[in-house]
Amino acid sequence: MTNKEWPLWEVFIRSKQGLSHKHVGSLRAADAEMAIENARDVYTRRSEGISIWVTESNNMFASNPNEADSLYEPSDSKIYRHPTFYEVPDGIEHM
Amino acid sequence: MKEQNISILEQRFQEKIDNDIKIEPRDWMPDNYRQTLIRQISQHAHSEIVGMLPEGNWITRAPNLRRKAVLLAKVQDEAGHGLYLYSATETLGADREELIDDLHSGVAKYSSIFNYPTVTWADMGVIGWLVDGAAIMNQVPLCRCSYGPYARAMVRVCKEESFHQRQGFEIMTNLMKGTSEQKAMAQDAFNRFWWPSLMMFGPSDADSKHTEQSVKWKIKRHTNDELRQMFVDATIPQAELIGLTIPDKDLKWNEERGHYDFGEINWDEFWQVVKGNGPCNKDRVDTRRRAKEEGMWVIEAANAYAEKIKVRKAS
Ligand SMILES: [Fe+2]
Ligand SMILES: [Fe+2]
Repeated sequence: MTNKEWPLWEVFIRSKQGLSHKHVGSLRAADAEMAIENARDVYTRRSEGISIWVTESNNMFASNPNEADSLYEPSDSKIYRHPTFYEVPDGIEHM
Repeated sequence: MKEQNISILEQRFQEKIDNDIKIEPRDWMPDNYRQTLIRQISQHAHSEIVGMLPEGNWITRAPNLRRKAVLLAKVQDEAGHGLYLYSATETLGADREELIDDLHSGVAKYSSIFNYPTVTWADMGVIGWLVDGAAIMNQVPLCRCSYGPYARAMVRVCKEESFHQRQGFEIMTNLMKGTSEQKAMAQDAFNRFWWPSLMMFGPSDADSKHTEQSVKWKIKRHTNDELRQMFVDATIPQAELIGLTIPDKDLKWNEERGHYDFGEINWDEFWQVVKGNGPCNKDRVDTRRRAKEEGMWVIEAANAYAEKIKVRKAS
């Protein structure tokens, strides 16, 4: 019973102060503490990070790629959300 | 209707590939694409893990502390490579334990090069230089592979590999500057590993059953023979520079082709080793199996500890 496979964890690393954590991969570990220790050994051997987040993969929820069109296409037509949509007269600065 | 749907999905899938849009884990993909990737990535993962054994053999006998630290770091990297790759197979729905069981039962393949013994220290040099060199040749194009998680794993792996090859070449360079015994040892290691290194690129294109489909899916970017030629062209000048003799009487520069011509590979030997009859096949798989069996208590203890902590926190 106790030789069950360790659960899968997703690993996120902050590469330096001021940047957000970024997904770098996954690994298996018995618990969160071990997941962080393993992540340190596997994903930060060359100073790639200064902070690690882990979460069990079971706890990740994702949008459905089949719905990508209906989810993200509406924003394609709303070009007025971008500053380049607007005309600024010549000679105007700091805008 | 169902079949028609699949053909539309397949068509869209191929369009994405043709437009260099990466495929990600939850995207629709043909079953064959998934199975091909699981086979290729798991074989690659097994190669990283089994690949630790021939070099692990020399860690305690490295000639000095610097060499020992370097070899240890390299072997540790290979363990990491195995992990990135097993993780990539898991994104495809493969079960890691099953894949490892297949390795242990002899069903799964791994790179044949690791079925050759490492009998002298010079073998550490030649492995880093040639074996990791050949691996880099294979892996650099895989950084652009159509499957996102595999490509990303390869980017990491390639970054880490570059020191592996250099440390090996450094060992060879130093030996070739040494005593006549040291030179002879380097030449002997080179003689033993040259041909098996060329075999690392797999069967010739004429006998490679998976290549065409893999190229179409952009899992592979070059054929086996193309990569092998690139490796020969890159390596010969390096060998000559440090004074090694290439153990191939047919090797010569072909001005017209702009490439080296080289002799016929002993494909009998290649297939024998692939089929499990190489000098160390049994030993390698036995060692892996023993490592798992004898390490099982660690898995059990960690599970028991995790369980205990969970209970303690809940109460
Ligand atoms: Fe590697
Ligand atoms: Fe390597």
